[in-house]
Amino acid sequence: MADKPLTMAEKVWREHVVVPGEEKGGQRTPDLLYIDLHLVHEVTSPQAFEGLRLADRPVRRPDLTIATEDHNTPTLEIDKPIADPISRKQVDTLRANAEEFGIRLHSLGDDDQGIVHVVGPQLGLTQPGMTVVCGDSHTSTHGAFGALAMGIGTSEVEHVLATQTLSLKPFKTMAITVEGTLKPGVSSKDIILAVIAKIGTGGGQGYVLEYRGSAIEQLSMDARMTICNMSIEAGARAGMIAPDETTFDYIKGRPHAPQGADWDAAVENWRALRTDAGAEFDAEVVIDADALEPFVTWGTNPGQGVSLSDTVPAPEDFDDPVDRESAERALKYMDLAPGTPMRDIRVDTVFLGSCTNSRMEDLRAAAGIIRGREKDPQVRMIVVPGSQRVRLQAEAEGLDQVFKEFGAEWRFAGCSMCLGMNPDQLQPGERCASTSNRNFEGRQGKGGRTHLVSPVVAAATAVRGTLSAPSDVLSTEPQPA
Amino acid sequence: MEPIIRHTGVGVPLRASNVDTDQIIPAVYLKRITRTGFEDALFSSWRKDPEFVLNQPAYAQGTVLVAGPDFGTGSSREHAVWALKDYGFRVVVASRFADIFRGNSGKQGLVTAQVAQPDVELIWKELEKEPGAEVQVDLEARTVRCGSVEASFEIDDYTRWRLMEGLDDISLTLTRAEDIEQFEATRPEWKPKTLPARI
Repeated sequence: MADKPLTMAEKVWREHVVVPGEEKGGQRTPDLLYIDLHLVHEVTSPQAFEGLRLADRPVRRPDLTIATEDHNTPTLEIDKPIADPISRKQVDTLRANAEEFGIRLHSLGDDDQGIVHVVGPQLGLTQPGMTVVCGDSHTSTHGAFGALAMGIGTSEVEHVLATQTLSLKPFKTMAITVEGTLKPGVSSKDIILAVIAKIGTGGGQGYVLEYRGSAIEQLSMDARMTICNMSIEAGARAGMIAPDETTFDYIKGRPHAPQGADWDAAVENWRALRTDAGAEFDAEVVIDADALEPFVTWGTNPGQGVSLSDTVPAPEDFDDPVDRESAERALKYMDLAPGTPMRDIRVDTVFLGSCTNSRMEDLRAAAGIIRGREKDPQVRMIVVPGSQRVRLQAEAEGLDQVFKEFGAEWRFAGCSMCLGMNPDQLQPGERCASTSNRNFEGRQGKGGRTHLVSPVVAAATAVRGTLSAPSDVLSTEPQPA
Repeated sequence: MEPIIRHTGVGVPLRASNVDTDQIIPAVYLKRITRTGFEDALFSSWRKDPEFVLNQPAYAQGTVLVAGPDFGTGSSREHAVWALKDYGFRVVVASRFADIFRGNSGKQGLVTAQVAQPDVELIWKELEKEPGAEVQVDLEARTVRCGSVEASFEIDDYTRWRLMEGLDDISLTLTRAEDIEQFEATRPEWKPKTLPARI
């Protein structure tokens, strides 16, 4: 019998099985999978290291492990001690653990510090066909390279530290096919928000998503990472995109990229990862890229989104009683009346940052909108680069000046206002256009209200003060600098 | 993880059903960075009541908790199991357990003995008749004994074996260390390493 055609996810899985599962009592036990790269940060690792200490176990492969400080770190005055004692303790604990167990750590102030999902790819450590894990749900980001990348819990973090493996049950596969060409002002963030609105926040449960089609192929790596990052918001454990020339060009020359003959061997392996013709997915969803417009959320989960040209929906618009009740609750929390045009919604804060949208392309795109324009005086805008390297590169390109002249705050790297574990938080009742990934109640600060948007929509919103598309501001002439 | 085949210890009657993980350990304790030292957190709200069973001297050395049905419902927090173990419990007896809690317990070496509710009622009576009485738990025979009461309990074969061998998830995987080494020998050279750091 000829080999069965396989999806990319199945190929990566197969290449990493150390011990296959067995049939026991009519059920299959999990496969033991090898993990190529383990990313660590301060919030989900302390108990894992403590567990190792209690059992007197070493880290099996410090050379496949890397840590950075991101969730708790301040984005201002980073040379001073962290003010919040709990945050400081977590960061200090990571430093002590990294030292004790021999793990490479990029601390606050280091040029390679930043959000763990920005740092891995930027160092060239994230490569196609790898298994990548981290105690953080947005680990799905790394799937943009054709890696199988997923978030894990603290016990699993300890398991990977001790054994470099993980017991996992195979996933189902779902193809998300996006054909066509995005209109100007529409970006990969709009694709993923539209996908989540279509399949729902639980639609991807039990699946690895594979994004494919001509619209995906045209995207840069930064844009692909935005899409894979939010796979978890559709309930999926991982999202993947087939590696191609765009991927190889991105990796080549990065500090940890293969070199010389190794590079050729690696690329040959990577080219073979693509889903075979005839491989079957367990489910498929199709999105028309040509029809997409800038997308924005109105509710309190990432699936509650509409096109910017739409109005706030009414609970009665939803047939499912659960959706209706959820909409009712969301509208109350968001203080929005059904029928209000999304463009009429005024915001207090614009946040440009997070592991979803804080890379060079995001900053360049936002800067392109605001350059030579004035910020709405009532809006506060915070720009938080995803990593110190991004910050330095943006400064080399003069983008920091563009943001500062516009009146935005230019910060140091970290997770920041995406989840408000550091001092960057919304005040109760404050409304924010945010390029982050979750609009849950209180996520960005107690009582804060979040609208998820793309970087260019965030920028246009900062100019006009109400949720806006880039085309709304590009119709007005910029002022000469 | 220490093997547990037979255990004898003071039984604590907790006459409550649906004891959720927020009661076992409130969220405020989840900010800690340690994996041990949660004994003060166990049932911390309930322990404010001087009448609460754990505040009665006869049960102070308790190691076998005998609770009502649906023990451990709610959040998946592993801290609930850590808190019970840190306090000194080795076994929880109940007629039904929440799935995630039961799974977490098996991984951490806490025995969850599923006993029929009428037997739970009989054990409660024994423990209340004679506070501080001991309960004998035999994993091999799958029995719980207290005074004149002897009841059999259910636990799945795999979890029982792991508990009797003292194998946690990591120990189990480490029994496959040779397989892991063999796999590592086949990994391509070009796969990236974080050390030495290249910048």
